[in-house]
Amino acid sequence: MLQIDLWKRIVIVLTCLAGLWLALPNAFYTPVEQHNDAVAAIEVQGSTPELEAQRALWPEWMPSGLVNLGLDLRGGAHLLAEVQLADVYESRMEAQWPEVRDALRSLTPVRREEAPAGELRVRLNDPDKMAEALQITRDLARPVTTVTGAGGSDINVSGANGTISITLSDAEKQATDERTMQQSLEIVRRRIDEVGTREPTIQRQGADRILIQVPGIGSAAELKAIIGTTAQLTFNPVVNRGSNENDNPGIGNAILPAADEEGVFYTVETAPVVTGEQLVDAQPSFDQNGAPAVSFRFDTNGARKFGDYTAENIGAPFAIVLDDEVISAPTIQSHIPGGSGIITGRFSVEESTNLAVLLRAGALPAGLSFVEERTIGPELGQDSIDAGKIATIVAFAAVLFFMWASYGLFGIFANVALIINVGLIFGLLSLIGATLTLPGIAGIVLTVGMAVDANVLIFERIREELRNAKGPARAISLGYERALTAILDANITTFIVAVILFAVGSGPVRGFAVTLGLGIMTSVFTAYFVTRLLVVLWFERRRPKTIEV
Amino acid sequence: MRLKLVPDNTNFDFFGYAKITFGLSVVAVVLSLLAWAVIGLNFGIDFRGGTTLRTESAQPVDVGAYRDALAPLELGDVVISEVFDPGFRDDQHVAMIRVQAQEGQEAATTDTVQAIQAALQEVAPGIKFTSVESVGPKVSGELIQTAFLAVGGALAAILIYIWLRFEWQFSVGAVVALFHDVVLTIGLFSILQIRFDLPVVAAILTIIGYSINDTVVIFDRLRENLRKYKKRPLREVMNLSTNETLSRTLMTSGTTLLALIALLVLGGDVIRAFVFAITWGVIVGTYSSVYVAKNVVLFLGVKRDWSKPDAGAGTQFANIDA
Repeated sequence: MLQIDLWKRIVIVLTCLAGLWLALPNAFYTPVEQHNDAVAAIEVQGSTPELEAQRALWPEWMPSGLVNLGLDLRGGAHLLAEVQLADVYESRMEAQWPEVRDALRSLTPVRREEAPAGELRVRLNDPDKMAEALQITRDLARPVTTVTGAGGSDINVSGANGTISITLSDAEKQATDERTMQQSLEIVRRRIDEVGTREPTIQRQGADRILIQVPGIGSAAELKAIIGTTAQLTFNPVVNRGSNENDNPGIGNAILPAADEEGVFYTVETAPVVTGEQLVDAQPSFDQNGAPAVSFRFDTNGARKFGDYTAENIGAPFAIVLDDEVISAPTIQSHIPGGSGIITGRFSVEESTNLAVLLRAGALPAGLSFVEERTIGPELGQDSIDAGKIATIVAFAAVLFFMWASYGLFGIFANVALIINVGLIFGLLSLIGATLTLPGIAGIVLTVGMAVDANVLIFERIREELRNAKGPARAISLGYERALTAILDANITTFIVAVILFAVGSGPVRGFAVTLGLGIMTSVFTAYFVTRLLVVLWFERRRPKTIEV
Repeated sequence: MRLKLVPDNTNFDFFGYAKITFGLSVVAVVLSLLAWAVIGLNFGIDFRGGTTLRTESAQPVDVGAYRDALAPLELGDVVISEVFDPGFRDDQHVAMIRVQAQEGQEAATTDTVQAIQAALQEVAPGIKFTSVESVGPKVSGELIQTAFLAVGGALAAILIYIWLRFEWQFSVGAVVALFHDVVLTIGLFSILQIRFDLPVVAAILTIIGYSINDTVVIFDRLRENLRKYKKRPLREVMNLSTNETLSRTLMTSGTTLLALIALLVLGGDVIRAFVFAITWGVIVGTYSSVYVAKNVVLFLGVKRDWSKPDAGAGTQFANIDA
């Protein structure tokens, strides 16, 4: 009849206590946040008295997990970037050209022909040697290193009318895309870490997108300045220097503007001698005239290539190209064997520092284009928090009063359960490190309104059973029993909706789905088990002959 | 003295006016669809792309001056509206500016945004931009698609769940009621031209969740009574079930509405459209559980003999009464 096993009682009480214990830090948000920041800082840079003092703001043995505040509450910037995956196909073909040229050199001289992006066309001087040339070119192919593309080769080679055409194979494109995304994510992460903001979110979304959320940053424009630059550094041979950007550059060449001189254009070979990928270090420094510059060092492979090239081309100019702009085009004075050098240009100190950071973090393998950006000011976030707090308190008080007025003592049991319920929601949110957004607060308020539904169902049912002239103990136990199917069906359907919201939503909407879903679980627990325990405890003590619900 | 929304033993005839209430619902759905087709929804940037800026200044908002300041930038369609909220301080004047997606740009470039900010600073010194959001046309197209998928997916999932737990007539009734709620919400947003954004879609999904909750409770009681009174006509049993659950229906709607109204008034203007949609949905959802879902079940009829196992699918799940 009306009884609960001792072990069940203990489990219910312990669950509630654990949830409330985990929720506790949120009641002291600012000191706990400072404590957490201090702990993280001490781990990275060692201990200082100020950090120790901050750490002491919250005792170590207490839980310190907090509900993260979403961008719409804390303020910050949100960017959705699309990685231009096709960029990489193009640079792969650029790199392929010298290889093909050198391989075919002994057979017949070749010329490069104009081709659509991502394709390399090579014309043979002697079309009769096509069969051999195709064989040699095909031998350049490498096996693709993916699970699915195993056995395939990385390039497709075909020949017609004395022209060989080379493109990346589909398997290789897939593998390249995957690599490009991994690298882009890694480099975006490194760049944001170098700047040192806390708790950034950097996630891959879909096939070619990266979601970046940085709380506390002033604007999306600032964020774009850090991660939006490709920082593709190359050293290219200069063909000539001119002032007309519409000249025909010739096949395999490109006309690039000079970064520091208006109206000056350089014709350079597009196949670079060395690239920024071969850099091992870059530091801001000053040139011999005391102007800001960036000094760099190549890895052994890059140093050898750079050394060979400078030895062979003394007296010729070469261009230092950053993101399709010629930063400077010095003339090679002598053989540079050591693999280190200095980039001069008209930099400010800040620019040279920034450039060094970008070069150190590495170039993005492909360009980024931004398809969505949002900046939320911290004031607006604070306003939203304030409004949300007041609304939650008022909603809470209204519901508590309403329940008490309707169900008396049983209403108070339901109210205790409701308070524990909100505590449990916050405890769970802290435990899984979920993010609370403005719609998430709305989700909590809605849960407060809906959570009593289960209790309403039970109490109405008890009233009915009492009207059917059942004794109080029987009526209570039947009420809980018979209301259960309705409670479960009703909550499972709502939970399905929360899951769908979570799956398709993003950002704030997802935050709403999380609080709604957690709210359903905790409210079923508190409304059913907790109130039942309270009712049973009360009943055992009082043994009332009649009850009024 | 207890607060009671409904007297203990009610005996309203909910189906006496079935034709009228159901007719009204049909008319409302048709009107909503018409409004949606003719007036259309006032899509926010999430669904049509573009940029919105939220401004805050100490001086009152002068929409005309803002418009004149932005005119030389030739941004195309610009909508400027002042925002009011009881929570604002006296010197807090807020406006929302929406600019259409610019030709050939995915998200607004930094230049465009800076030009707008500079132009506004000319006419309203000290103006602050508390949020700037920009969505490219490509993303907004995908967002529309996912929104439709989400609503459709939720309806399908519920159809299947109710079918497994009850009978197919119930699940059709429930989904027709949900469809009614969704269409009425979209209709109201079309007529009032409230900005329709991603959070509003979330609100619609929440309405689906709430309304189904209500419907299921009544169905649950109906199933129980159908087993109890095998001989009474379906209409009478339905009426009885509705009367028995009426008190609970109104209590739950009441507490939920209390919480929502607090949020609507005090929660700030940022989520007002979202909360408004949910509030409206709770009202129509409560109505539709009583008048739409059950009318459909009544029209379709339902198997009465629950003692024998049904040959049709689904009943093996119907007995998981934990």
